[in-house]
Amino acid sequence: MEEQRYVPFTEEMKKDYKILVPDMLPMHFRLITKMLEKSGYDMEVLKTNGPEIAETGLKFVHNDTCYPAILVIGQFIHALQSGKYNPHKTALIYFQTGGGCRASNYISLMRKALEKAGFGYVPVISISLNGLEKHSGFTLSVWEIIRAFYCIFYGDLLLSLKNQVAPYEINQGETERLAMEITEDLGSKVGNMGISFGTVKKNCKEIIEKFKKIPVKRQNKVKVGVVGEIYVKFSALGNNGLEKFLLSEGAEPVVPGLLDFFLYTVHAKITDYKLFGLNKRMYPLFRILYKFLLKKQKQFIKVIKQDGYFDSPTPFERIEKLIYGYVNTGVKMGEGWLLPAEMLELKDRGVKNIVCAQPFGCLPNHICGKGMMKPLKDKNPDMNIVAVDYDAGATKVNQENRIKLMLACAKENLMEEIAVTKS
Amino acid sequence: MDKAKNYSLGLDVGSTTAKVVLVEEEKVIYEEYARHNSAVVEKAAELLNKVKEKFGDLKIKMAISGSAGLGLAEKVGLPFVQEVYAEGEVVKKIEPDCSCVVELGGEDAKIIFFDGGLDERMNGSCAGGTGAFIDQMATLLDISVEQMDQLSLNAERIYPIASRCGVFAKTDIQPLLNQGARKEDVSASIYKAVVNQTIAGLARGKKIKGKVLFLGGPLYYLKGLQKSFKETLNLSNENAIFPEYARFAVALGSAYYAEKTASKVMLSKVIEKITKGEKNTVNGAIAPLFENEEDYVAFKNRHNLAFTVKRDIKDYEGKIYIGIDCGSTTTKLCAIGEDNSLLYEYYGSNKGNPVQIVKEKLVEIYKNKNEKAQIGGSAVTGYGEELIKNAFSVDIGVVETIAHYTAASYFKPNVDFILDIGGQDIKCFKIKDGAIDGIMLNEACSSGCGSFLETFAKALGYDITDFAKEGLFAKNPVNLGSRCTVFMNSSVKQAQKEGASVNDISAGLSISVVKNAIYKVIRANSAKELGNNIVVQGGTFYNDAVLRAFEKELGANVIRPDVAGLMGAYGAAIYSKRCQTSRLMRCEEIEKLTHTATSVICKGCTNNCHLTVNSFGEGRNFISGNSCEKPLKISSGFDQLPDLYVDKRDYFENITQKFTPNKNYKIGIPLTLGNYELMPLWFGIFDFLGFEIVKTSQSNRKTYELGQFTIPSDTACYPAKIMHGHIAELIDKGVDGIFYPCLPYNLDEKKADNHYNCPIVAYYSELLTGNIEELSSVDYFYPYFNINDKKQLTKEFCGYFGEKFKLNKKEVAQAVEYGFNCLNEYVDYVKKRGENALRFARENGYKILILAGRPYHVDVEICHNIDKLARSLGFVVVSEDSVCHLAKNQAVDVKVLNQWTYHSRLYRSAQFAVENKDVELCQLVSFGCGVDAITTDEVRRILEKGNKLYTQLKIDEITNLGSVKIRLRSLIGAIEAREKNSL
Repeated sequence: MEEQRYVPFTEEMKKDYKILVPDMLPMHFRLITKMLEKSGYDMEVLKTNGPEIAETGLKFVHNDTCYPAILVIGQFIHALQSGKYNPHKTALIYFQTGGGCRASNYISLMRKALEKAGFGYVPVISISLNGLEKHSGFTLSVWEIIRAFYCIFYGDLLLSLKNQVAPYEINQGETERLAMEITEDLGSKVGNMGISFGTVKKNCKEIIEKFKKIPVKRQNKVKVGVVGEIYVKFSALGNNGLEKFLLSEGAEPVVPGLLDFFLYTVHAKITDYKLFGLNKRMYPLFRILYKFLLKKQKQFIKVIKQDGYFDSPTPFERIEKLIYGYVNTGVKMGEGWLLPAEMLELKDRGVKNIVCAQPFGCLPNHICGKGMMKPLKDKNPDMNIVAVDYDAGATKVNQENRIKLMLACAKENLMEEIAVTKS
Repeated sequence: MDKAKNYSLGLDVGSTTAKVVLVEEEKVIYEEYARHNSAVVEKAAELLNKVKEKFGDLKIKMAISGSAGLGLAEKVGLPFVQEVYAEGEVVKKIEPDCSCVVELGGEDAKIIFFDGGLDERMNGSCAGGTGAFIDQMATLLDISVEQMDQLSLNAERIYPIASRCGVFAKTDIQPLLNQGARKEDVSASIYKAVVNQTIAGLARGKKIKGKVLFLGGPLYYLKGLQKSFKETLNLSNENAIFPEYARFAVALGSAYYAEKTASKVMLSKVIEKITKGEKNTVNGAIAPLFENEEDYVAFKNRHNLAFTVKRDIKDYEGKIYIGIDCGSTTTKLCAIGEDNSLLYEYYGSNKGNPVQIVKEKLVEIYKNKNEKAQIGGSAVTGYGEELIKNAFSVDIGVVETIAHYTAASYFKPNVDFILDIGGQDIKCFKIKDGAIDGIMLNEACSSGCGSFLETFAKALGYDITDFAKEGLFAKNPVNLGSRCTVFMNSSVKQAQKEGASVNDISAGLSISVVKNAIYKVIRANSAKELGNNIVVQGGTFYNDAVLRAFEKELGANVIRPDVAGLMGAYGAAIYSKRCQTSRLMRCEEIEKLTHTATSVICKGCTNNCHLTVNSFGEGRNFISGNSCEKPLKISSGFDQLPDLYVDKRDYFENITQKFTPNKNYKIGIPLTLGNYELMPLWFGIFDFLGFEIVKTSQSNRKTYELGQFTIPSDTACYPAKIMHGHIAELIDKGVDGIFYPCLPYNLDEKKADNHYNCPIVAYYSELLTGNIEELSSVDYFYPYFNINDKKQLTKEFCGYFGEKFKLNKKEVAQAVEYGFNCLNEYVDYVKKRGENALRFARENGYKILILAGRPYHVDVEICHNIDKLARSLGFVVVSEDSVCHLAKNQAVDVKVLNQWTYHSRLYRSAQFAVENKDVELCQLVSFGCGVDAITTDEVRRILEKGNKLYTQLKIDEITNLGSVKIRLRSLIGAIEAREKNSL
């Protein structure tokens, strides 16, 4: 019999194992883990940070591997070594994107690194759209999957509202506190709640109302879009607290949500069929899923639109149209075509200043990040984009210096715009 | 001072210098400039105090700029202005018709475009070639920056020097110097590299034209650099402006900025605020190297135990053995007696010409030796091995690894790990059963070595010995990360900003060097992995701070011989004891020896290698820089050995059209990336359909230069970057259209989890469309095709080309069929040639080397003729795709996702090497290849599990064949030692 290539997470383990989750999207992940607690999983989103994380990663992963892998693996091993957890009663979870990008190797690299660090027995659960592995102790029911999707909706909503309010709040820290409060509260409820869209709609409305109540002082601020490789885009650990930095510089961060990325991975399956005739069997299923998600996204956007107080996200279908003439949607490794598309989407809703966060030496980003700068700038001369490399060796001062340059231009442009509107 | 007047002041604190400018009613009345040697706060206060002394306590508007100024501005509560932005202010005010600004600073390079919307760019985090880089290069040439500038003006030729990263450039320059290239030419070449880097790295396809303003210190002082920029950009005198205020532009801009935005403050208040308060506590400090003086004394005493007996050469009678280690930056030389006692030693910079140094020192030995002593033998090792061997008729050339092992085992017979950190490189050897079992050398990009520390010490105004001492008792060494020099530079910058002291930085740098060696080069997890008997050596380990940091990081004691810096030479001397009689030149001959070096271009073939001809008088010449034996006019017969790389090149060269074109359409197909395998397929299809096909051939340096300025991402791999040149070439050839498809999926060989291409090979066409403007003048076809299904491909081909070229489905189906036949023919050919090569090697007793890379690595410009070099060392060379089908176990146990077609062949060919005793494998890795970060570890694992040596050759724009040769020779040495042991 073939040797088991990985340690499975068994039903036995489900009883008393703690599952560690990397720190990437604090609100989204917290919502999902709290929801899964109801199904009997004991999960914890790691909150550790500091230079030790990267250093631990560098010790166990090839140093030329992408920075996100170094951080995620570093954070896990750092946790296992900390003494805080019993490694024999701990499992790890991470999502695997799949595809031609080397990121699809994260799970393998993680297992290799665990082996090296003496934790070869720790099970790693990979979540993937391709269903790459089986773990008998970790199976999600359709209901749980749907709830998880809704958690992504909620997470995206919280992220968006938080960023729209925080720059203008009068009592410092109030918005952040509210976002966390809602996350905890909603997370503990969502596992029990019905999954009708009515409930979701009600919840969304409540969230919006709560954010509206935060006292703010409206003023003209530079809006800065954040796009990039999925991990460094979202993770404060990966991007050296980019959102906080932008806030402290008097800017309003605009961070497109996770749902688009999710839709993008489903869309890639459909493209594979359309371009190459692949996935013939699964194609109809993916199409249904895709249509379903599109519909849900539209409903969700409608809730925000109807209320009218906050900016709402752009429907995925529109984002897909925007990229036409720049790059084919067949580019589906890493963030692929979605990366420049998100920049165009931001510009489309008036956010012309953009930070493109990428790990140093990221392969898909050569094509869709740096490779698209010229065509984007050629066709949209008013876009003000800065590409920032994140890496274990890159320093914060260099990154911030480049962002400051972008901000200086952004502020000047804003002044001019204000002057024009006044006259 | 006039109270009614308006004063504004700009302070610019950069990575190495601080500048201040005082403006009175729009007029600059004072400017001052000083190196801050990392004492940012003190220097800033000093400069401001000078202003106060001269003009009194002015009421000023003030702004601060510069990379080290950010912290300062926050502390004082003054506006901070980003430096590029500050320059923009200057231009708007003084040179409003300027279209572009180019600025080089200590560690930054910037371009601001004013035409067509403001566009400001700074160098990415991996781009060194700036002011600090020029300083570093001058140190390397052992001349001052001013001298270098003067010399450059008299250059006769320009050598290609890697322009992306400072460390790379250094590895290119070193061999040039060792080969005796003229300093004039090298200086000018360095400037040219800086210029190319600025243009390629920052302009990225946008043309620099119109009136250009050049700013920053280097562009103010260096006339040669000015000239190089002007010539390269083709600028007239009127359009190339090198203003008087070039050094002060940022400070001046800050003053202008302050004028507009700041509120008035008293100068004395600012100074007070700057100097007030505690120094910031530095983030991420690590434990001190030594707690106290006693610790240090005990440490010193322990290391004093590893010593050599020293004798006076004047008294010694008997045979003398001489060892020379002609390294990249230094030359080491020693003479020993029959009992290995040290009679003479020399360690010094080779000052750009090792021949002269060795000449002096040999004469010294001859003059001082006792009459009853005679030279018993001599050996030379290191980068300059062949040059020195030829110049002085040295008896033996020894591979570095063997020389070092010989010396280390003298101090510790059971040594199982040697770590050598030299000026330019880090070498690690694992020893098992008395033979070298593994070799690890630093890659060009991680040279955080001795010369790095030295340059840093100099930049901060210290001598290296003093600098190291500063670090010994540092209280809070700074954590600087463990990456390449350029990154370390910016880490230091950050530490400076946070107010770290020189002591802490010095200790931090030593720790970084050590961490770099352990985690990046050796890739170890713990001390246990290295071994129990560790010898450390190399000049860098004379530095007690580095030695201590290494022991602390490992948690174990190691041995540092007292001749740590001479180990190569000492080992060579011991090695030379196997000589029966010595042929080393006599003293009189050496004294007469003259050495001149001239450079010529070889006309032997189309490679046009730059050769350096060293003449030693009396008609004796030594040629270096060659990549084959042709110019040497000798033949070892090895040139005739089977070489799959040559076979494949020939095959692609000889693809010709079989059908008569009838479409009246010229289609261009570049011979790059994936087409190095799929060319027969596409060629066949278009040929069959009646197109006239224009394909490109092997690349050369010119190909790269042709497309260099349209490359958007400077960290992409060389095979991708060179594609820009192929496209330019096709457009020049007047094609009607160019075809390079997007193929996320490669050929499915059904041996792996999936069959992807890497993102670069898959989608590079998308990038080309957006970045090469000239492409709009032709049809550019980059369809998404499925090449694993003929029917599907036919359908897609018809869909894409059918209408435009009036193709019917039937003929396309036939064409696809024909294309696949051509492709299969090629694949079979490669396999057959592979099998033939193996048979030839086995019948004639040659060693077999799999040069394992990707199909496109056969391109001469990409692999730099490494195959030829391997042949010259007696290997029969095969490629990964020619033997991977021969592995008995086709389902190799791979611990990672085996999902890329090309890479999966690597695993299978490694498996083949493991299964066959007479087969070795070297992996070719293109710099910047992210996928190889995964495959190298796997290939290594497969080989080591099968008891094979793993050798990795990193290749880039320019590759120093010297270091490749050392690796290959070390591999041979290790194989031979193993064979001997097994007998």
